[in-house]
Amino acid sequence: MSDDLRTRATEALADRGLHEALARATDRFVEIRRAGDDVANLDALKRAARWQRHRVMERLPEILERFADAVGRAGGVVHWAADAAEANDIVGDLAARHAVRTVVKSKSMLTEEIGLNEALEAVGIDVVETDLGEWIVQLAGDRPSHILGPAIHYTRERVAELFSARAGEELPPDPEVLCAYARASLRERFLEADMGISGCNFGVAETGTVVLVTNEGNGRMVTSVPPIHVVVMGMERIVETWDQLDLMMTLLPRSATGQQLSVYTTQVTGPRRDGEIDGPDELHVVIVDNGRSHVLGTGAHEMLHCIRCSACLNVCPVYRQIGGHAYGSVYSGPMGAVLTPLLDPSPAATELANASSLCSACHEVCPVGIPLQDLLLLRRADNAAGGAPAAFRAWAKVWSRPAAYRASIAAVQTGARMVPDTFVPSAWTDGRTVPRPRGRGSLRERLARGEI
Amino acid sequence: MEAPSGASNASAYHAEMDGDTKIPLILFPTCVMEAMAPAVGEAVVRTLRDRGFAPSIPPDATCCGQPAWNAGYPEEAATVARTTLAALTDAPSGPVCVPAGSCATMMRVYWPELFRRVGDEEARAAAVEIADRIVEFTRLVADDRRQADRQGTVAYHHSCHMLRELHIHDEPVALLTDAGYAVADWDDDDRCCGFGGLFSVKEPEISVAMADEKIDGLPLDGIEALVGSDLSCLLQLEGRMRRRGIDLPVRHIAELLDPSGPTDVR
Ligand code: SF4
Repeated sequence: MSDDLRTRATEALADRGLHEALARATDRFVEIRRAGDDVANLDALKRAARWQRHRVMERLPEILERFADAVGRAGGVVHWAADAAEANDIVGDLAARHAVRTVVKSKSMLTEEIGLNEALEAVGIDVVETDLGEWIVQLAGDRPSHILGPAIHYTRERVAELFSARAGEELPPDPEVLCAYARASLRERFLEADMGISGCNFGVAETGTVVLVTNEGNGRMVTSVPPIHVVVMGMERIVETWDQLDLMMTLLPRSATGQQLSVYTTQVTGPRRDGEIDGPDELHVVIVDNGRSHVLGTGAHEMLHCIRCSACLNVCPVYRQIGGHAYGSVYSGPMGAVLTPLLDPSPAATELANASSLCSACHEVCPVGIPLQDLLLLRRADNAAGGAPAAFRAWAKVWSRPAAYRASIAAVQTGARMVPDTFVPSAWTDGRTVPRPRGRGSLRERLARGEI
Repeated sequence: MEAPSGASNASAYHAEMDGDTKIPLILFPTCVMEAMAPAVGEAVVRTLRDRGFAPSIPPDATCCGQPAWNAGYPEEAATVARTTLAALTDAPSGPVCVPAGSCATMMRVYWPELFRRVGDEEARAAAVEIADRIVEFTRLVADDRRQADRQGTVAYHHSCHMLRELHIHDEPVALLTDAGYAVADWDDDDRCCGFGGLFSVKEPEISVAMADEKIDGLPLDGIEALVGSDLSCLLQLEGRMRRRGIDLPVRHIAELLDPSGPTDVR
């Protein structure tokens, strides 16, 4: 993949099939999300959620400790990972200790972020994604292009091709047939798996509970069938109380898929207890930092409030055009453009601040009120910390002097009339024709002279 | 003041207004309007007068600084914005009318943050002070609703900042329908046109693709013009349409409200 946003975007734009798939999928997400506007006081709930996220982040270390203690009391084991390598080592060691050969996973963007699948596969472990979208992407040797719908860039015809190749028989592009095939194939894998790995939508500190929100039931299988369950959890994915969870759960499914409640809300408190039939023998929770704690206390700290609902991707007009892969990062859309460089400020990541027209559609839908466009602006300013380009410095000099400003307006008018295609950058005129100025002369002088 | 009946008869109305005291108002014309569309500025002035205001432009006002702010250069943005802020502060009190949603947003919403960022406490305080006086053109005009019987069907583009930062949605549409125009259904009339200032130059391919999708959705057969309240967005959409050979007229809303404008949108 090229490391230049513009090149990647241009490639994505050339793929009309991709654009159709994206427009259809994001329109559908937006449409179904409207069904989630059923609560009368949605705006008040969003404000409350923003405030509650603030309250958690203000005391994050203390709340995490409380969570870890409670997990321990419930019989689970908590591990702290400072970065991706540590997290992968912890899971790898657990797998080695239990001679794990097959892992089933439910959807987790954090494991994508840290490259857990690759790390486990490198030591010969068979890793099976069990979320339908993730499984499609895995079979294709591809990457998720959306935090909620990893395979939204696929048409059902492409999925049928993939599944047919694996099945060794022709399967029709019929969602029901394809789902049935996936279900049957995955069921075998659940039964043979030695370890289940899940993400975590919310940890609840007061009881040490891990809450998972899924729609396919695979999350429940991953957390209950294999003998070991490993939760890989971002350190910010936590609430202190069940009251806070209640608020978040009112907003998350509504913002994500327009559901009042997702089909499954799995709450895991410790491993299987004496007398219980289902559940793993061991529960491990790996709490991953990987750059997050550096964000605390900075101007961008609100990005840690994100509950990964994907609403901002679905309304983003830029995401809609170029899709997730063009961002070149695990996280895409507005949240990805903000979060990616916070976790890893490489030039390829910081450039993502440009992948926005600052239209604020993201802020408008964000259930926890993250001012994404302001955080993008903050990043742009950081990117320019070395100083503005000469053109902007010159512009500031001229337009801070009224007489010079007035003269330059006259010059622009003349330029736009005489040489319309050369007085603006060619990047603009390559795809657009500069409209001819409407009217002429100095508006302010004519007004002052009583000519209007 | 009372709106006379039959306000569509512009000259009669003016005659009636002449003896009236008008409300002094500061017009911040915006750099794009002054440079690219002074004729639209004239329509703005006439519309404001028609609604009982006496607009004047402070001679020392320049630009709101938005191009640099959005590009990530707050120092440069502040240098320019300070000039305009001073010019507005020196001008007589009363509303400051801005005929562009994005500039109005810059001045009303982002100026205090801009000056805070560059550590200019005095300017920040002045920006907070003036914020309440800054009012976007359609919101100001919509305080005084007038019925008329102009002709034509138009599509209306909701500009992002105006919609999502200033929360102005119904006013421009109400003004158009009051004036007699029909506003056509246009799917996604509130999706971004792809301009985004420097974005349109830094990521021109995405920017043009965004404009294309908007344009493709226009009900071209049923409309006589594309109308908006922010010239920057209109330049983007018009620029792309011209390149694609679509010659649909593009109008700022003031041109359709202008008391001495044509009664037919074409
Ligand atoms: S930033 Fe907000 S809208 Fe986007 S995924 Fe996170 S919570 Fe959802």
